[in-house]
Amino acid sequence: MEPAIRVRDLRKTFRVAERDAGLGASVRSLVRRRYREVAAVAGVSFDVAPGEVVGFLGPNGAGKTTTLKMLSGLLHPTGGEVSVLGHVPARREKAYLGRITLVMGNRNQLQWDIPALDSFELNRAVYRIPEPEFRRARDELVELLEIGDLVRKPVRTLSLGERMKAEVAAALLHRPQVLFLDEPTIGLDIGAQKRLRGFVAEYTRRHGASVLLTSHYMADVQALCQRVVVIDKGQVLFDGGLRQLTARFSPHQTITVQLAEPGTDLSAFGAVVEAGEGRVSIQVPKAETSAVAGRLLAAHAVTDLTIEDPPIEDVIEQAFSAGRTA
Amino acid sequence: MSGLASVYRVVAGTAVQTQLQYRTTNYLFMLGMIAEPVVYLVVWQTVADAQGGSVQGITAGDFAAYYIVWTLVRNMNIVFTPYGWEGRIRQGELSGMLVRPVHPLHHDLAYFAGWKVVVVLLWLPIAAVLTLVFRPTFDVSPVEVLVFLVAIWGAYLIRSMLLWVLGMVTFWTTRVSALYELYFTAELLLSGRLLPLVLLPAWAATAADWLPFRYTFGYPIEVLAGDLTTAELWGGLAAQGAWVLAGTAMVAVVWRFGVRRYSAVGN
Ligand SMILES: Nc1ncnc2c1ncn2[C@@H]1O[C@H](COP(=O)(O)OP(=O)(O)O)[C@@H](O)[C@H]1O
Ligand SMILES: [Mg+2]
Repeated sequence: MEPAIRVRDLRKTFRVAERDAGLGASVRSLVRRRYREVAAVAGVSFDVAPGEVVGFLGPNGAGKTTTLKMLSGLLHPTGGEVSVLGHVPARREKAYLGRITLVMGNRNQLQWDIPALDSFELNRAVYRIPEPEFRRARDELVELLEIGDLVRKPVRTLSLGERMKAEVAAALLHRPQVLFLDEPTIGLDIGAQKRLRGFVAEYTRRHGASVLLTSHYMADVQALCQRVVVIDKGQVLFDGGLRQLTARFSPHQTITVQLAEPGTDLSAFGAVVEAGEGRVSIQVPKAETSAVAGRLLAAHAVTDLTIEDPPIEDVIEQAFSAGRTA
Repeated sequence: MSGLASVYRVVAGTAVQTQLQYRTTNYLFMLGMIAEPVVYLVVWQTVADAQGGSVQGITAGDFAAYYIVWTLVRNMNIVFTPYGWEGRIRQGELSGMLVRPVHPLHHDLAYFAGWKVVVVLLWLPIAAVLTLVFRPTFDVSPVEVLVFLVAIWGAYLIRSMLLWVLGMVTFWTTRVSALYELYFTAELLLSGRLLPLVLLPAWAATAADWLPFRYTFGYPIEVLAGDLTTAELWGGLAAQGAWVLAGTAMVAVVWRFGVRRYSAVGN
């Protein structure tokens, strides 16, 4: 199957004026400006299949937003190839813009002084959505997001979470086939984050849309994404399932046991990371997990034992530091 | 309704809705704006009185007519400010507009056109008061009214285009305020805003004929409050048409290069 998004060796280099502090420096800069090149995206390749939801992860400044801007046609690549739904985004053809959406958590599209419903009406006109389809899409979104009351109030009176839900509804009225979501849940409380991602999952399930999502909240990624692309310094560090990510970057697992006799020292089995009330957690190399668990059970009276991968945040952290030292 | 017409209708509707909420602000702004033509008017009426009733044939009543129509034309002249491009470009508001399949120019044209509905409503009582106080003399034919109704929209379109082009300079540099000041000064002197263009020295009046400013201000006022010949009446509309076309062409070219730059350097 043709991928919905195809990115090959994508590059974006910004030229930024360099300026030292001080009056002398700013006078000199009038005469001769010095520039520095910033390789924000430095050779990124990946595909996203139709209907696939991919998490796009990386630390601040990794190049995620720059990549999404190139995919949505806002920035022209310095090099490489991009094709989304068979279009070259940089051409910004109307036919293309009508099939995608870009949601940035820190930007808003809704008009501030009027109810969201009226902004929806504007999108109906802008995207030329036929009236019956518009009503169907609007009602579905309003229901899924539970925003029936909110959309009648001026947007400026909504809380951040409420506004974000209305923003997302507006961004999806034209039933885009590709969604670029850049930190859509930033600043939202846990409950609002959860509802929003439940909604995104439901939308993609219903309409088979492809999603490229960046988020700082791993819960978003775990709930939505089968696959993640991890980038750092403009380059791909990893592309695959969340499970493989853990397998690849976390060499350890955590064994937690409930002991019949509290106070037993387990440091001979592995690094103790937590201990108390007869409950002890030790970290062991992944390859030895089952052997260590076996020895533990044989040596001590254990009433309960669990084996866990480390939290995904830690794994990502590992991935970045591995990328840095590599 | 065709796609673009529908965009215009909805955007203009949101402008009416929004600006009605801000009617008090709008009114205060308009009252502030009235001070300017009232000052000009009082000065010219005083000069006219001192010179035995008229200045170069323009009577006190003619001046009153001129500056009362001025207040309506000034309102038609309100378009998206060039200073607003700072926010669009540096704060990235433009990004939100660029991912939508409609040119942002349509949004601005429709929004400020819709706003006019509110403004004209608020303007009517002010015009009534000015008329009672300053006693204008009008001698208007139906054709002139018709041409005026077209000309104020011509003025609106020309000024929209010119200020878009001016604002888009922000794509290349942030040091724009000196340029804007220069532009607004030229406009003040050569548009008919400060004084009727017939009072300018001949060379300046000729320059004004060949520049766009006159067609955004003085010309529509003169249609209603001056005594233009039939040739001048229609010639003005033709000039407006030409300036609309030229302005649209300039917007198209500058926009193209501007967006190319925006897409290269980001925001
Ligand atoms: N318009 C720009 N001009 C210059 N440098 C930029 C611009 N946009 C982003 N950058 C730089 O490019 C790098 C990647 O930024 P970005 O894509 O925003 O990262 P992320 O979204 O992953 O946090 C950063 O070093 C950032 O400072
Ligand atoms: Mg970012």
